[in-house]
Amino acid sequence: MTLIAVLQGLLIGAGVAFFVVGSIGVLRFPDVYTRIHALTKADNLGLGLVVLGLLPGAESVAAALKLLLVWILALLASACSGYLVARAARRRGIAPWQRAPSARPAEDGR
Amino acid sequence: MKAMLTLDTLLEAFALLLLLSLVLGLLRIWQGPGFADRMLAAQLLGTTGVAMLLLLADPLGLPALRDVALVLALLAVLAVLAFVARVWDPDERPQDDGAGAHDAKPVSPADGVSARPTRQTGRSGEASGRRG
Repeated sequence: MTLIAVLQGLLIGAGVAFFVVGSIGVLRFPDVYTRIHALTKADNLGLGLVVLGLLPGAESVAAALKLLLVWILALLASACSGYLVARAARRRGIAPWQRAPSARPAEDGR
Repeated sequence: MKAMLTLDTLLEAFALLLLLSLVLGLLRIWQGPGFADRMLAAQLLGTTGVAMLLLLADPLGLPALRDVALVLALLAVLAVLAFVARVWDPDERPQDDGAGAHDAKPVSPADGVSARPTRQTGRSGEASGRRG
């Protein structure tokens, strides 16, 4: 019992760490595209680890399946929304972020 | 029993940590230079809120919070989809450019120029007729 509780704590702690890293990335990254990376990857991995940690504590099979359903829905949602936001930003002509010396020749080349 | 109690307090502490990371996302909404940055931060808020609801369902003894988490995950993606489809609207601009190019034909002033010499030749023909 305690071993399972320790394993749950480790998994949920790793998931929360991924959440914190993802929100730091959304705060610190310089561009829309890079913020999409930080958001859709780190947060879904964190949510998956949280769900894995909560699975042994579920009361019934239905509750466990509901937890898995939340994670699958979040995966599909973040994949679709990240793709759509990136495509809309590209169609609006927002240039991807590059480092300062090489940014201007690449924009002139296009 | 002790392990369950410590696990519950641990879950509440993790929910508090997620709340602190939500504050970072709110800073991005406050700073964000574009609409898309604020919308992405709102989606971050939705995902973190889902994780917080799932974490707090056991210590609070409210299993209905998992249903709330399902609905929140669905509504967060619907908000982002509506934002991309309605507010940003990337399909609207090429249609406007095509309509503008269709209105301004460069051929019609050339037709006007080509029509004027025939009238002038007609007038000159009338003038030559009057002269004759």
